[in-house]
Amino acid sequence: MTDAVVFVRERSEPLDPPPTLSGGALAWGRANLFSSFGSTLTTFAFVALALWLVPPLVRWATVDAVWSAPDGALCRQHQDGACWAFVAAKLDYLRFGSYPIAERWRVDAVEALGAALIGWLLWPSAPKRALGAVLFFVVYPVAGFILLRGAPVLGLPVVDTLLWGGILVSLLTALVGIVFALPFGVLLALGRRSELPVVRLASVLFIEFFRGVPFITILFMANTMLPLFVPEAWTPDRLLRPLIGMALFSAAYMAEEVRGGLQLLNRGQYEGAMALGLNYPRMMALVILPQALTMVIPGIVNNFVGLFMDTTLVSIVGVTDFLEAMNNAFKDPAWSGPTIMATGYVFAGLFYFVFCWGMARYSAHVERTLAKGRRT
Amino acid sequence: MNAALINDPRVRGFVYQGLLVAVLGALIVGGAYNAYVNMAARGIPMGFGFWDEVAGFDINLHLIPYSDLSTYGQAFWVGLANTLLVAAIGIPLTTLLGFAVGIARLSPNWLLSRSALLYTNVLRNTPLLLQLLFWYNAVLKTLPGPRQSIALGDWIFLNNRGLFLPAPVFRAGAPGFAAALATAVVAALLYRRWARRRQERTGRPAPVGWVAAGFVLGLPAIAILFAGLPFTLEAARLSGFNLRGGIPVIPEMAALVFGLVTFTAAFIAEIVRAGVQAVAHGQVEAAAALGLHRGLANRLVVVPQAMRLIVPPLTSQYLNLVKNSSLAVFVGYPDLVQIFAGTVLNQTQAAVQVMAITMAVYLAISIAVAVVLNLYNARYALKER
Repeated sequence: MTDAVVFVRERSEPLDPPPTLSGGALAWGRANLFSSFGSTLTTFAFVALALWLVPPLVRWATVDAVWSAPDGALCRQHQDGACWAFVAAKLDYLRFGSYPIAERWRVDAVEALGAALIGWLLWPSAPKRALGAVLFFVVYPVAGFILLRGAPVLGLPVVDTLLWGGILVSLLTALVGIVFALPFGVLLALGRRSELPVVRLASVLFIEFFRGVPFITILFMANTMLPLFVPEAWTPDRLLRPLIGMALFSAAYMAEEVRGGLQLLNRGQYEGAMALGLNYPRMMALVILPQALTMVIPGIVNNFVGLFMDTTLVSIVGVTDFLEAMNNAFKDPAWSGPTIMATGYVFAGLFYFVFCWGMARYSAHVERTLAKGRRT
Repeated sequence: MNAALINDPRVRGFVYQGLLVAVLGALIVGGAYNAYVNMAARGIPMGFGFWDEVAGFDINLHLIPYSDLSTYGQAFWVGLANTLLVAAIGIPLTTLLGFAVGIARLSPNWLLSRSALLYTNVLRNTPLLLQLLFWYNAVLKTLPGPRQSIALGDWIFLNNRGLFLPAPVFRAGAPGFAAALATAVVAALLYRRWARRRQERTGRPAPVGWVAAGFVLGLPAIAILFAGLPFTLEAARLSGFNLRGGIPVIPEMAALVFGLVTFTAAFIAEIVRAGVQAVAHGQVEAAAALGLHRGLANRLVVVPQAMRLIVPPLTSQYLNLVKNSSLAVFVGYPDLVQIFAGTVLNQTQAAVQVMAITMAVYLAISIAVAVVLNLYNARYALKER
């Protein structure tokens, strides 16, 4: 008897590495940068372009830039770099406009409060979001207005709206846009889908009118025509007029977003609500709107981004928003120089970009989350 | 009985609508009354009599005859023409750029698609007004003067006075050239119809593209051989301190068109990308299974389906471009809003009439575009069976 010969291997051999061209950086490069002759050419062209463009831009913004200076003299000497010292010197003006320096903590408080409330509303798993919504849409506008405008009863001196400016006004305009536009837009959207012909016609006319004309003409209209249509004593404040225009304008766009959400909703939801014996307001408030509004959160946020960028136009009616404050800051003779304007506009661009791009990312994230929920 | 009446939805409907009509009517009547009182008190004209009054201001760009002796009505037409001019130049350019960037987004080359993404992200997330001011104040205004123009060959010059394009000067060959071109286009269309009919009948395809190109390029070329050049280009020339001749584009217009085109193109690129990606992958695979190579599959299967999704949002972007051209007022380009809702309104104080006319123009454009889009949708929408 001989021992059985065992042919089964007990230890596995070490794995061979994969071929160099099937994984890792080389394979990635081959698939994404050099997949064909044209692709290779494009890659080389872009690398050359980047080498030509990027280093000078980076040098302009960092190494060659003037970071701190008492006035524009240093910036005029260093003409091949940005003049960040200008932004630093004007930052307070850019944020608050001519708001009295002693009272600026009020602006900070309102902005911090608003940021906290928006965070509460936009964080999907936050507790008691309904309470947050009430605070944001009802309590916050009133409290914020009192804090900004001032109330002698509470020991807060009145600050005339003519002095408000800068980022404060930009955020305020956008916020008024959203706070008034969303409820009003929901009403308009419901009106447009109403079975009552007069209600439907009025909503359609309103929405299509405000969506059909440029925002500038609405601002002009609010500025020149609004004072004519109210009794002399009620003439709205100079800042209030564009805010009214902004609210009406954004309500029309918001209405179309909400209508999109209402249309996505299954008919069965309406029928189910009616079968439960809910009347129209309850059906809308308890069944339809919670679902429809959740579905259009990305659309609403995108709308808000557009709204925020549109706030730059209010300067046409003499309101000093962030961009207009920047334009005013350029006029300071102490800071005149060839690099000032480019620096200022790049800074403003970064400000808007960070804000809007962040919001856009958020809305894309919500959209993905919602899509996941709907698929299952 | 009463309770039944209250609960009757039809009765309720009438009550609600009656209330709405009453509120809206009160708002309108009250507003009109206030406007009447206020305008009378401030001596603001109430009719359209200002239309025929002498405007007394000059406009630095007018396509139709205009001088400071012209009327407000003529100023309106100048403004409208300038608005339409920006649209007519901007829409083709932004379509080209937008489709190019959109296709670049879909490129398999990582650098190219990432660069296109960077382009769309930056331009879509900064305000158009900021971009326009940047191009106008920080770029165009800081360019060198006419003597140190940035020149593209001897033909195109860019300086702080604007952009100077070469102007065509028509020659003796122009009528013959035009006739040849028209004949070629008609012939190409007829040939395409014939080829299509034959393919439907016999299944044999004909090289439509090559033949059409032959017609359109060949016939005019023959015309040039016999009758001479149709036109020659004449570039601007430095004389004294400025460039003369050619087609001068004022810097305001250059900045406005450039800003609008690049901004709108970013949105169009996203529409193109989304449209192409929305075509189901099975369609591409089915086309490959039928033996169509990539070019044919794109042309016959992907593009027709993608265009159906692209065209509606594309037209609304065109409309946005027209509406956004009202930002001209910030860079001083004399468009409808700047001339009419700006200068004319300030001089005549007739706010209600001027704003009503201005808005009516934009609404008319919006409605016209909507009608055309509906016709397109009715013709090309998927006929589901």
